[in-house]
Amino acid sequence: MAGKSPIGRINAYYWKHEGLGRALATALGFLLAGITLALIGFLAVKGLAAFTTGRVPFLAFLFSTKWAPDSDPPAFGILVFLVGSVLLSLLAIAISTPFSLATALFIAEISPKAGRRILQPAIEIFVGIPSVVYGWIGLSVLVPFIRKAFGGLGFSLLSGALVLAVMVFPTIASLSADAIRALPAEYREGSLALGATRWQTIRRVLLPAALPGILTGVVLGLARAFGEALAVQMVIGNRVRIPGRLTDAMANLTSLITMDMGNTVMGTPWNDALWSMALILLLLSCGFILLARAAGRKGAAR
Amino acid sequence: MKRLVKPRTSDRLASAAISAVAGAAVALLAAFIGYFLWSGRSELNLHFLVSAPEFSKAGGGIGPQLFNSIYLVFLSSLVSVPIGVAAGMYLAEYARPGRTTDLLRLAIETLSSLPSIVVGLFGLLVFVTLTGWKYTLMGGALAVSILNLPVIARTSEDAIRSIPPSIKEGSLALGATRWQTLVRVLVPSALPGILTGVILAAGRAFGEAATLLYTAGMSSPKLDFSNWNPFSATSPLNPFRPAETLAVYIWKVNSEGLVPDARQIADGASAVLILSVLAFNLLARALSRALHRRFTGGKA
Repeated sequence: MAGKSPIGRINAYYWKHEGLGRALATALGFLLAGITLALIGFLAVKGLAAFTTGRVPFLAFLFSTKWAPDSDPPAFGILVFLVGSVLLSLLAIAISTPFSLATALFIAEISPKAGRRILQPAIEIFVGIPSVVYGWIGLSVLVPFIRKAFGGLGFSLLSGALVLAVMVFPTIASLSADAIRALPAEYREGSLALGATRWQTIRRVLLPAALPGILTGVVLGLARAFGEALAVQMVIGNRVRIPGRLTDAMANLTSLITMDMGNTVMGTPWNDALWSMALILLLLSCGFILLARAAGRKGAAR
Repeated sequence: MKRLVKPRTSDRLASAAISAVAGAAVALLAAFIGYFLWSGRSELNLHFLVSAPEFSKAGGGIGPQLFNSIYLVFLSSLVSVPIGVAAGMYLAEYARPGRTTDLLRLAIETLSSLPSIVVGLFGLLVFVTLTGWKYTLMGGALAVSILNLPVIARTSEDAIRSIPPSIKEGSLALGATRWQTLVRVLVPSALPGILTGVILAAGRAFGEAATLLYTAGMSSPKLDFSNWNPFSATSPLNPFRPAETLAVYIWKVNSEGLVPDARQIADGASAVLILSVLAFNLLARALSRALHRRFTGGKA
C-alpha cells in the first residue's frame, strides 16, 4: 500500500515516525499496570489457598493470638504479629514526625539555602542507605545500648521503632518540605504583614495550610514502616507475643514471613498461612496508598 | 489572658529548636558514615574485597557477593531502564488526562510503594517457581527491576515535563512528529534528570536484600573467575545460578552466626555499602551537573 497513493505514503510515514514509537511507549506504560495487577492477582490466589482448602479457619487466623504451626493440632492465629506491626509502625511515626517536621520547616522556611545545599543531599543519602545496614547498626549499636540503659534483652519494640523512625524520616521530611514550599507566598507575606512573627506564621498559617501534604508524607512513612522486613527482624527479638513494655522482645508480620518462608514446604498449611500473611501485608499497603492519595486530594480541593 | 512568653521570645526559641533538630539530622548521618568507616576500617582492604568467604573460620572475604551485587544491578538495569524510560515518555507526552490515565497512575504509584518483601514473594512465585529456574541471579534481577521500574518511570516523566514548552513547540512547528520530538529533542534535553533517577535506582538495587532472599537466594556456588563462559555452571557470568548479594550476606552472617568473625564481616560489608551509596549519589550529582552545563552552555 505504501508509496502508491499520497494517503498511503502519509500513512507509512506516520507509522514509521510516530505510530510505532507511540504504540511501543503506550504498551510499556501499560505493562507497569499489568505487573501491578499480576502481582496482586498472584498473591491473592496464593494467599487465599489457606482458607479455600479449609485447613486454616479464617476468623481464628485474624483474631486468635495462638500461633503454633508445628503443634498437633496446629493453630494459625496471626493477631500477635498484626498487633506487633501496628505498634512498631505507629511508634516509629510518633517518634519520627516531630523531627521530620522540624527538618522540613528548616528547609522550607528557616534557611532554604542551607536546606538545599546540606539537608537535601543528606536526606537523599538517608534514603539510599540499605535497610540491612540500618538493621546492622541497630543490632550492633542500639540493641546493646538499650540493654545497658533500660535492662531486658535489648531486642525490643523500642529498638525496632527507633530503627524505623530513622528509616521513615526522609520520607516524611521531604514530602512535608515539598508541601510547605508549595504554599502560595501570599499566605506567608500576609501573615508577616499583619505583624505575626515567623513562628506564629508557621504555627497558625503554614502548618495548617500544608496539613494535607504533611499527612500524605506521614501515611507514606507509615506504609514504609509497616512493610519493612529485614532491618526490623534483626532488632526486635522475634518472640511470639504482644509486647507489654517498650523493652519487650516481639514479632511482626514481615519478620515472621522473612524467617519462616524458607523453612516451610510449599503447599503445607504452615506455608499457606505465611502467604495469607503476605496477602494481608499487600492489602494494607494498598490501603495506605489510597489513604495517602485521599489526604493529598483533600488538599488540592481546598 | 496574659501571655506567658513574649511572641518574640517564642519565635527565637522555636527557630533555635528547629535549627537544632535539622543540625542533629545532619550530625546523625555524619555519625553513621563515620562509625562505619571506623568500625569497618580493618576490612577495607583488597583481600577482604576480592577473596571468597569462609564458612566456619575467620578471615573470609566478600569477593563473590560483591561481584553478584554489581552483576545484578547491571542485569536489572538492562531490563528496567528501557522499559521505565519508555513508560515515562508515555506518561509525559501521550497519556491523556482521564479515567484510564488516573488508573494507570494509581497502579504505578501502588507498585512503587509496595514493601520490597512483597515484591520478593511475587518474584518467588513467578521467577522461581513458575519458570522452574529455582533461585537465580536472573530471577533476582527481574524482581529488583519491578522495584525500580516505577521509580525510573516517574523520574523520567518529571524530567521530560520540566523541559520548557517552547522547546517542544519549536520542534513540532518544524514539522517533526511527536515521537521524533520526544526521541530527538525532549529525551536528550531531559537526560540529566533521567540519568539521576537511573543512578539512584541502581544504588537502591545495589543495597536491596528483602527482595532477593527468596529470588536470588542465600547461597553462591563456587565461582571460577577465570571461566568467562556464561553458560557454564561455575562461571561468574552465568545469570542462571543462585547468587547471594552483599546486602543479603550481611543479613545471613547475622542470622546464621556460623562464622566466628561475623561482626567484622558485617562491619566491613556495611562500610562497603555505605561508601557505594555515597559514590552513587555523588556520581548522580556530578553527571547531572555536567550534562546540565553542556546543554545550557556553561550557566550552571
